[in-house]
Amino acid sequence: MRAFLTNTIGGTLRPLANPRMSVGVGILLALVLLGLVGPMFVDVRLSEPISVRTNQPPSWAHPLGTDSGGRELIAVMIAGTPQTLKMGILAGFIGVLIGTFLGLISGYFGGWTDRIISAVTDTMLTIPPLAILLVVAAAVRAVNVESMALIIASLSWMYAARVVRAQTLSLREQSYVQMARLSGMGHMRILLAEIFPNMVPIAFASLVGATSGAILSGMGLEVLGLGPQNVPTLGMTIYWALLYAAFSRGMWWWWTPPVLILVLLFLALFLISSALDDFANPRLRSSR
Amino acid sequence: MIDAPLLSINDLSVSYAIGNERARAVDGLSLTLGAGQRLGIVGESGSGKSTLALALMRLHKPPAMIDSGQILLGGTDILRLDQGALRKFRWSEVALIPQGAMNALNPVIKVREQMADTIRAHRRDMSARDINKRIDELLVRVGLSTSVAGLYPHELSGGMKQRVCIALAIVLEPKLIIADEPTSALDVVVQRVVIETLKDVQAQIGAAMIMIGHDMGLMAQSVDHLAVMYAGRLVDQAPIREFFRRPLHPYSQLLISSLPSPDETRPLAGIPGMQPSLLDLPAGCAFHPRCPLVQPICREVMPPLETVEPHRRVACHVVAEAYNVRA
Amino acid sequence: MSWSYVLRRIAMFFAVVLCAVTVNFIVPRLAPGDPTAAVLEQLLSRGQQVEGAADIVAAYRARFGLDDPMIVQYLRYVGNTLTLDLGTSISYFPQSVTSQILTALPWTIGLLAISTVIAFGLGSVVGALLAWPGSPHFVRSFAPFLMVLSAIPYYLLALIVLYVLAIWPGWFPLGGAYSGSAPSFSLNGLLDLLYHGFLPGLSIVLAGVGFWALGMRGAMIGVLGEDYLTLAEGKGLSPRRIFFGYAMRNALLPQVTSLAIALGTAASGSVLVEVAFNYPGIGYLLFNALKSSDYFLIQGVAFFLVLTVALSVLVLDLIYPLLDPRIRRQ
Repeated sequence: MRAFLTNTIGGTLRPLANPRMSVGVGILLALVLLGLVGPMFVDVRLSEPISVRTNQPPSWAHPLGTDSGGRELIAVMIAGTPQTLKMGILAGFIGVLIGTFLGLISGYFGGWTDRIISAVTDTMLTIPPLAILLVVAAAVRAVNVESMALIIASLSWMYAARVVRAQTLSLREQSYVQMARLSGMGHMRILLAEIFPNMVPIAFASLVGATSGAILSGMGLEVLGLGPQNVPTLGMTIYWALLYAAFSRGMWWWWTPPVLILVLLFLALFLISSALDDFANPRLRSSR
Repeated sequence: MIDAPLLSINDLSVSYAIGNERARAVDGLSLTLGAGQRLGIVGESGSGKSTLALALMRLHKPPAMIDSGQILLGGTDILRLDQGALRKFRWSEVALIPQGAMNALNPVIKVREQMADTIRAHRRDMSARDINKRIDELLVRVGLSTSVAGLYPHELSGGMKQRVCIALAIVLEPKLIIADEPTSALDVVVQRVVIETLKDVQAQIGAAMIMIGHDMGLMAQSVDHLAVMYAGRLVDQAPIREFFRRPLHPYSQLLISSLPSPDETRPLAGIPGMQPSLLDLPAGCAFHPRCPLVQPICREVMPPLETVEPHRRVACHVVAEAYNVRA
Repeated sequence: MSWSYVLRRIAMFFAVVLCAVTVNFIVPRLAPGDPTAAVLEQLLSRGQQVEGAADIVAAYRARFGLDDPMIVQYLRYVGNTLTLDLGTSISYFPQSVTSQILTALPWTIGLLAISTVIAFGLGSVVGALLAWPGSPHFVRSFAPFLMVLSAIPYYLLALIVLYVLAIWPGWFPLGGAYSGSAPSFSLNGLLDLLYHGFLPGLSIVLAGVGFWALGMRGAMIGVLGEDYLTLAEGKGLSPRRIFFGYAMRNALLPQVTSLAIALGTAASGSVLVEVAFNYPGIGYLLFNALKSSDYFLIQGVAFFLVLTVALSVLVLDLIYPLLDPRIRRQ
C-alpha cells in the first residue's frame, strides 16, 4: 500500500512544477540576464577605479551612485555579478567532478580504498573551509577568477563524494551490476557504462549545492580582501565599503546592491536545491 | 458468533486520499469477536488488513481516514472517544503487536523504561517497585530473563524483541490484542515458538486476539476463526478447521491450493493475475478478473457477504447460488 | 564506549591538526617566489618604517631555516606549531602570534559557542514542532521564514542586522565588544558585554537557526514514520512523552552528527561576522593581519580556527555515544 502510494505521487510530480524550483530558476535567470543585457545600457568600463566622481549618491547619471574609489556602482554590479556566477559554477563543477570520481571509486571498490577516501572526506568536512582558503589565497595573493575557482573547488568536493559513494554502494548490489561483473566486464566499463549514468541526476543536484558553497567561500575570501583584484566582484565591493566605513558614513547605496544581489543569489540556489532534494526524497514532501 | 460479542465492527470504511481521489482500503467491513476468541485475518498486501488493524486503535495516519462505521469494544464506541479518553482506552483495552516488531521498540531507551512508561501512563498510583516487579514477571512469562529489562533493543535478537513486544502487549492485561504479522521478520523455527508464547499469554489473561498475516500455515496453528480480505472487503469467514477442509470462496480455494503440501508432489499453484488497484476496482466482484468460476453476474453486481452456514459468511455469487441463500 | 572508538576519534583529531599544519607549511613554499623576499617586498611596498625591520627579517630566516633539507624544515615546523610557537607577528611586533591569538580567541569562542548552542537548540525545537502533527497551526507559518534564513550566509545576515538594528535606528553599538578601553568585571560590565555581543550573536543565531530547524524537521519526519512511534501512540502515552522521549530524542541523533560537520562552516561564518561588527575575536584579528600582510598571523589564525573546531568535533564525537546506545557498546 505504502509503496503504491509513493509511486503514484512521485510519478505525478515533476521538478519544474514545484513552485520553489520555478522561483529559484527565475531569480537565477534574472541575475544572468543582468550580466548579459546590462552592458547594452551601462558602460561597464565605469566599474574601474577612478572613472567617475567619488561618493555620489544615486542620481539619473549614476542610478546606484558611486563609491569612494571612483567606481560607478551599477557598472560594478553588472560587471561583477557574472564574475561571481562564473567563479561559483566553475568551482562547483570542478568540485562535483572530483567528488563524483572519488565517490564512485570509493563506493565501488570498497575495502581500504573506501576507508581511506571516506576518512579523508569526513576529515575535510570538519575543517573550516575558510581556514585553508585563507592560507592559500593569502600566499598566492594575485588571484584571478579562474585560479580562485580552482582553489575553492579543492574544498568543495566532499558532499558530492559522500552522496555519490552512498548511491554507488547501493547500486553495486543491484542485480544488473552483479550480472555485468559476473559476465567478466572490466571495472572501468562497469563504472562508466552501468553506474555512472545513474549518478548524473545526483551529481547535478549536488552541483547546485556545491556552487552555492563555492560562492559562499568566494564571498568569504573577497570580503576579507582576498578576492580577484583585476575584475570587480560583489564580495570585493562589500570589502571596500567596509574598509571605507560606508556604513557609518551613510553611503547605503554602496553596500546594499551587492548584499541584495548576493542574498537573491543564495536564495535562488537554496530554492533550487531544496526542490531537487524534494524530488529525490519524497518522504519529506508530504509535510510541506 | 456468540451473544454478547467483545468486539463488533459495523460497516467500517477507511480510505486514503490520493490526489483528488479516495482509495477505499477497508470497505464496509463488519465482523464480531467474542471474548477470548482468536481471529485471523489474511489477504495479500494491499488488501486492507493492516489498515484495519491500525484503524481499530485509531492509529491510522493521514492520508488514511475513517469514512464511516462503528467500532464497539466492550460497549465503548471507539470512534467517538475524545483524545483524552482515547489515550486511556489504548493499551488498557486494546494492545498492539506491530508489523515488523524489529523497529517497534525505541532504539535509545532501555526495555524496562519502555514498559514502565506504558504502565505509568495508565496506572498513576502504581509504585516504582511494583512496576519493576510486574515487568520482571512479564519478561519471565514470555520466556525471557529479567536481565533483558536492562538492555537496549539493538542488543536483542529478533525473537527476543518480539517476546518483549508480547510482554509489552499484556502489561495492562487488555481485552483485545491485535497482532499485525507478528512473526514476519523471524526465521521459521523462532516463528513457531513465538506464536506459542503469544497464544499462551493470550489464553492466560483471557484476551481476544486478532492476528493479521498472510502465512496460512501459521494461521492454521494459531487462530479459531479465519477471515479473508480482498481489495478492502471481507470475502470469506469461517472456523479454521472448516476453512481448510472445505474452502468456499474461489479466492480461499486458490489460497489453500497454493499452499505447499507435504504429501503431494504436484507443482505449486500460484494465483493468476494481480490484485487490482484500489483506485481502479473492476465493476461487480473485485475478484472476478482472476476468478476461475466467473459468471456474467460477477462482472456487474458486487456480491454481498452472506451467511451460508452457521459461523460461515461468504461474498460470492456462485457460492450463494449453490447454497441457494438468494431469494 | 569502546576504546577503539575513542582512539579512532582522537586519531582523527590529530589527522585534522596535522593536515592544517602541513597546509601551512607547504603553501608558502609552493607560492611563487622566495618567502623571505616576498615578505621583504611587502614590507617595502608598504613604504613604512617598521620598527626593528632587521629583527623581523632575521626572525623570518630563522623560522624558515631555508638552508636545511625540506624534511628537517617540515619536522621542525610541526614541532614548533604543536608547541604553539607560531612565530612573531609583523603588525604587532615583537609580540608572538600565539599571544595575539590567545587574547582574541576567548571572544570568538564565547560568541560562537553561545550563539551556536542557542541556534542549535532553538532550531531543533522549532524544527521538531514543524514536523509534529499536534503543533498549533501558527508554527507551520514559520517554515518559509526559516527557509529564507537558512539560505542567507552569516556575513550577509550580519550586515543586514547591523544596518537594520544598529545603524538605522541606533539601538545598538556599531561594533566592538565593550565600551571604553577594557571590559570591566562588574554587573554593568556584563550588561555592556551582552549589549555589544547581542547583534553579532543574533546574526549567528539567525543564520544558523533555519538550517537546524530544516534539518530537524527532516529527521523528525523520518522518525514519525517509524514503528516505535506508532507503538508509543498505541501505548497511550501522553503527547509530551511521545514528543520528547520518542520523537525528538531519536531525531536529535542525526542533528548532533551534522553539528560536527556544520561547526566548520559556523566557525568560518562567525569569523566574518566578527569582521562586520569589529568584534575583537580572531576574525577581526585576521582582518587586520590581512590588511598588513602579516602572514604568520594569518597562518596562526587559520591554525587556531582548525584547532578549535577539531577540538569541538572531538568533544562532540565523545559525547555522541552517550546519546546513541547503538554506538556505545559496539
